Amino acid sequence: MNQTSAQTWDEFMEGIWRQNPLFVMVLGLCPALAVTVSAVNALSMGLATTFVLTCSCVLVSLLRKLIPKEVRIATYIVIIATFVTVVDYLIQAISLALYDALGAFIQLIVVNCIILGRAEAHASKNPLLPTLINALGMSAGFTLGLLALGSVREILGAGAFFGVALFGPDFQPWVVMVLPPGGFFVLGAWLLIFAAIARRKQKKLAEITQNA
Amino acid sequence: MSIEIRSAPHIKGTRSVEQIMRHVVWSLLPVCAFFVFQYGLSALLSLLVVTVSCLLTERFFVRQGGQSGDIGDFSAIITGLLLALSLPPGFPLWMGAVAGIVAIALGKALFGGIGFNVFNPALIGRAFVQAAFPQAIATYTPSFMPGRFYEFIPSSMTIPLMQPVSVVEWLQARQFDALAGATPLAKWKFEGVLANADDLLTSLSGHMAVGPSPVLILVCGAYLAFRRFLDWRIPAAILGSAGLTAWMLFALNDVRFPNPFFMLFSGGLILGAVYMATDMATSPVTPKGMWVYGALIGLLTVIIRYYSGLPEGVMYAILIANAATPLIEKITQPTPFGKGVLSNLGRQKKGASYPLHSGYISREDAGAVTPKKRFLFNKPKHPPKE
Repeated sequence: MNQTSAQTWDEFMEGIWRQNPLFVMVLGLCPALAVTVSAVNALSMGLATTFVLTCSCVLVSLLRKLIPKEVRIATYIVIIATFVTVVDYLIQAISLALYDALGAFIQLIVVNCIILGRAEAHASKNPLLPTLINALGMSAGFTLGLLALGSVREILGAGAFFGVALFGPDFQPWVVMVLPPGGFFVLGAWLLIFAAIARRKQKKLAEITQNA
Repeated sequence: MSIEIRSAPHIKGTRSVEQIMRHVVWSLLPVCAFFVFQYGLSALLSLLVVTVSCLLTERFFVRQGGQSGDIGDFSAIITGLLLALSLPPGFPLWMGAVAGIVAIALGKALFGGIGFNVFNPALIGRAFVQAAFPQAIATYTPSFMPGRFYEFIPSSMTIPLMQPVSVVEWLQARQFDALAGATPLAKWKFEGVLANADDLLTSLSGHMAVGPSPVLILVCGAYLAFRRFLDWRIPAAILGSAGLTAWMLFALNDVRFPNPFFMLFSGGLILGAVYMATDMATSPVTPKGMWVYGALIGLLTVIIRYYSGLPEGVMYAILIANAATPLIEKITQPTPFGKGVLSNLGRQKKGASYPLHSGYISREDAGAVTPKKRFLFNKPKHPPKE
């Protein structure tokens, strides 16, 4: 593996682990709490966001020299809104049931701060390839985060995973898990786990530097 | 001779946390014993399982998080016993274990361990299972069932993660109808049947599904209050305020609202008032604040019982009041000696007044000069640009 590809890989992994939009930057909480009742919902929300994030970041990166600085945010919003409309119609065409389940949260991808944040902080300053890698990494991180939330909530709240019943018909659903508080509980638990891992890593790093 | 200079408190009690908690556990034992006598083996096992799950969770978090305290300080035992007493005796054991884990993990460990919790841990655990398993937590079974010391209530022995076993057939086999297990509050709320006083107080005469005996709790609480292990003001304020509110409503409309005696001695009000609301970490420390806190709990309990969809409201009332505790403490700060309104009469106020802050008070008392509050009238609106 040469240096460039190692760097690229690093950039990609940054969105998944070190700068995970959901668990580290704690952005995009609105869809994360609202639509993660089941793993299917979470995954489709993640994929929709992935599409919008990648496409708009690529476009912003290509147009970065043409966009006047004074109206850049408005321009980004127009670009993002265009792709959100595409996704909106796409999901409606593919599955109406899914569209109903996700509800207004598809349209609300427009105001998802991960996307605007990436466009402003990364895509507007970098050429196409790094932008693409970064956007893909970020969306992968976000999708995995949503999936982590959705899986736990579906397993405990409905006893199923991607709609497949795991525990048989006698399963006692944890009603709270499909209610809004369940979203906060599960998100809090994941944040706790991530923080604990990060702290343990830091401790180890400090020990290593102390010994060296 | 050396003089030690330090800030208050100068007088220190000899009581340790562990000692206080141990006394509370002892005082809970008679209540638990009577609970077991009422409901038999299932209640005993429920008490054990919930307490053990609390203790294991406490041990895990103390070890992992490096928090102070450990299972030796008895506080997790109190949480477990109170939680089990507030749950139905035939509550599935795995749900009880979940409640215990949530109580300690979410209610206590995440806030930083003993003394740092904002809410009563036992009630956090109960609120979680109430939200997660609303059906199971409303299923009570009659007390003083024949043969309660030889067999379990079938719902206790549910396989983990599965729905509780139905108790309807089990009750029918013993000549009880399915509604015999309703609590007095649920009976009143959904059927309009008021329980008798002797039923409520001891439940010895019938099979009514009352929880732990209120009389016994009051006696044990009186012992604790007498030994100053809990402050009598909080239970007094709660019962007074709940009784007063219920009595006023009863006076307004005695058909719709039950008598205040029923309000006070049904459900978990006595247990909540004596043992849960008086949790030292989550109740106000100021005497005036205790009255406000208790009054808030009593009022909220009656309001939730009368006007919401739930038959019981003590848990949410105490949790809300726990959240209000810091605010209550702030607005009920006692006036230091010599600082009252009267002592200021006829005396010219010197300098600016400062908020109640230890640094300022001690300097003023020492006669030192405090910095004057100054207002710069001629201050330029826009600071000059550099």
